[in-house]
Amino acid sequence: MIALEKRPTPSRALSLATPLIAVAITMIMGGLLFSVLGKNPFEAIRTIFWDPVLGEFAFYYRPQLLVKAAPLVLIAIGLSLGFKAGIWNIGAEGQYIMGAICGAAVGLAVYPTETRLIFPLMIVAGALGGWAWGMIPALLKVRFGTNEILVSLMLVYVADQLLASMSLGLLRNPEGMGFPGSRNFSDYPAANSWINEAAGLHWGMAFAFIAVIFSYFLLNRHILGFNIRLTGEAPRAARFAGVNPTRLVLFCLGTSGALAGLAGLFEVSGPSGQVNIDFASGYGFTAIIVAFLGRLHPVGILLAALLMALTYVGGDLAQGNLGLPSAAIQVFQGMLLFFLLALDLLTNYRVVFKKKGAA
Amino acid sequence: MSTPLLSIKGLTKTYPGVVANDDVSFDIGTNEVHALLGENGAGKSTLVKMIYGLVKPDSGTMTWNGQHFAPAEPKAARASGVAMVFQHFSLFDALSVAENVALGMENPPAMRDLARRIRRVSETYGLPLDPNRTVGDLSAGERQRVEIIRCLLQDPKLLIMDEPTSVLTPQEVDILFQTLNKLKAEGTSILYISHKLEEIRTLCDHATILRLGKNVGECVPAQTSARDMAEMMVGDTLQTPTRTTEKAGEVVLDVSGLTLEPTNDYGTTLKNIHFTVRAGEILGIGGVAGNGQDELLAALSGESQTWPDSIKVNGQDVANLGPNARREMGILAAPEERLGHAAAPDLSLTENALLTGAIREGLTSNGFVNWSKTTDFADTIIKEFDVRTPGNHVAARALSGGNLQKFVIGREVLQRPEVLVVNQPTWGVDAAAAAAIRQSLIDLAAGGAAIVVISQDLDELMEISDRFGALNEGRMSDIRPAVGLSIDEIGLMMGGAHGMEVAHVGDEEQEGASA
Repeated sequence: MIALEKRPTPSRALSLATPLIAVAITMIMGGLLFSVLGKNPFEAIRTIFWDPVLGEFAFYYRPQLLVKAAPLVLIAIGLSLGFKAGIWNIGAEGQYIMGAICGAAVGLAVYPTETRLIFPLMIVAGALGGWAWGMIPALLKVRFGTNEILVSLMLVYVADQLLASMSLGLLRNPEGMGFPGSRNFSDYPAANSWINEAAGLHWGMAFAFIAVIFSYFLLNRHILGFNIRLTGEAPRAARFAGVNPTRLVLFCLGTSGALAGLAGLFEVSGPSGQVNIDFASGYGFTAIIVAFLGRLHPVGILLAALLMALTYVGGDLAQGNLGLPSAAIQVFQGMLLFFLLALDLLTNYRVVFKKKGAA
Repeated sequence: MSTPLLSIKGLTKTYPGVVANDDVSFDIGTNEVHALLGENGAGKSTLVKMIYGLVKPDSGTMTWNGQHFAPAEPKAARASGVAMVFQHFSLFDALSVAENVALGMENPPAMRDLARRIRRVSETYGLPLDPNRTVGDLSAGERQRVEIIRCLLQDPKLLIMDEPTSVLTPQEVDILFQTLNKLKAEGTSILYISHKLEEIRTLCDHATILRLGKNVGECVPAQTSARDMAEMMVGDTLQTPTRTTEKAGEVVLDVSGLTLEPTNDYGTTLKNIHFTVRAGEILGIGGVAGNGQDELLAALSGESQTWPDSIKVNGQDVANLGPNARREMGILAAPEERLGHAAAPDLSLTENALLTGAIREGLTSNGFVNWSKTTDFADTIIKEFDVRTPGNHVAARALSGGNLQKFVIGREVLQRPEVLVVNQPTWGVDAAAAAAIRQSLIDLAAGGAAIVVISQDLDELMEISDRFGALNEGRMSDIRPAVGLSIDEIGLMMGGAHGMEVAHVGDEEQEGASA
């Protein structure tokens, strides 16, 4: 008989090992999935995990990895703060869209002025846009006790509609022959987030690194980070320790909203280039996987974001080269989170094999 | 001697790293109240769980009325006639008494019949209870009655009671004992688990004493002194705390007109509470669980804020200050619930030291945590209060109850409080650790602190407090000097018998039996 037994102290080694085990199991199960689809599983796994980094055309794919990873890191770092405190912001996608809209709107409003001030102003507007969108579930939660999971998630769809309306209305390119979508920021150097497009470097990466370092110090060295962890572990003990739950909710949802907004702003003014109907690409949701895959730890999130970026880029590659359906890649990403959460049990429990009928 | 009702031979049960029961043997006769005596962690609970079919023994046998007895599950044990009243009630707050009773039955009868049966049993045994009341509105004593009645409806041959008096006033204890004696007279045996020696001496015919999982002796309680039993239980001579009465100083803590609504549906409202505590004084606050103890602690610690001027410390109004602002002024507290309230279960002892120590120990500067200083503070607590742990990195939940309690109390005592409020400082703690904790509170008072000890352990309160008051349904009794207070007076301060009455049907028979 197999039984689970609670460990006296959570296993630190397993907590670090489970993401790796989860990745390994995902590769095996993914391989099986691909072979059922009639593809060579080894080739598929190699195409997804090996070719973009070390394959023949890696010089082309490596910058793409950074471009995909940057927004994931920014958003996931913000989410991890809330998740640690038991505050579940599921609507980062909406905050990401709002950041992009607000930031882009500032840039587009002054087009074609060329001054160094424009981009910093856009950054502030982007952060504020995401922050404001995050504050809606926060204020409703602290004032009326609503569930932030539902409210933040619903606001994603509101943001989606706003995005469509903006691309077709207010922010539409007046010289765009009536096509939906705003002016393209690639034609507007003062409001462009690229540092070096060929290397895949934009300001989002710089901010992502700053966010990782900031979050690391916050969580490990600062009393606010301790209070965040304490609230997640034992809310009553947190109250006893003098933590103000209202302020914590506002801080966590506000910060994660602002970071998601920044991610949106850097994306719209760089890789995406314009506000358009199809701008939202699911980074806000994928970042949830990244946050958990990275153990809600800043450095872990950095690595997890690179891994998820790899499945995106490698998945595209597999789609193109091997004809894998795009849904297969999404299943693959979903499996990763699934196995990770399942294996999480092992950090707190150990599996014991008991002889049946032992009296 | 006739065949015993239940005979236990060589029962052994090991858990990883612990031998819970080691070759335990004893007999429970028919018509006997048998005490199972031992400290927390001595293996009493594991033993009765084996009898009740919740846990399977690794080795050893049980015989029930001469037949082999090995219940695979509680249902089988109940079918044989074993019933158990647990220390922690398994009742649903939102359901009525009758619904709760029905949930525990295999084939519950129609609600109306059940209600009638509940009424009949409750009248017969002097346990008045309205089957239609919602359990959430009942006092702890009344909830216990629900559990007892639930058991009595099964017509048990053996009733197991796990620490039943911890939630009762002395008067309620008397009435419970009369009920148990009546059950015994009618042919039900009782296995009575406790560590309260005087109770066992009054009630029980036989006692089996467990220490560290082993049967270390049997005795007839009425013929053995409480001290001898205690020493068998602890395996050592007992150190009782020494109290040197000092002249009390100025009033430090002044509570007047404290009124507080509870934060949850089934909490207790504090109603117009007044008391003062002087420097160097220990105020003991007794009362049955659930009469406002948690709320009083929350109001004093700053977790709940109250009307201006209802709590003053050294003349300064603190009623609106949060926990940390009060800590700055030297008002510290240790809540009852160790895991999840006083300490975070999954955080290390170092992190738990930071939890309340950050302010007074100066463990942060500009919000940044000084971890080496925090580690030193945790190590100091571990050393000074003899906390048995492999190190300061261990999660709080890995410690035994007694060790974690020493850590929690030590954490506050070492921060040199001016006012210290503790709730149930020695609940679930072994005798040696309890004595050490009480001594540390007494020493702290001798150093000039004003201390409030909220506890349900009356012996403890009588041992350490200078003055005594009791909480009853959110109201505070008059505060009286502890010296010379009789157990009857204390019982009345605690609210008397809470509407209990003595078992009355068949009184003549009982008198006939005892005559």
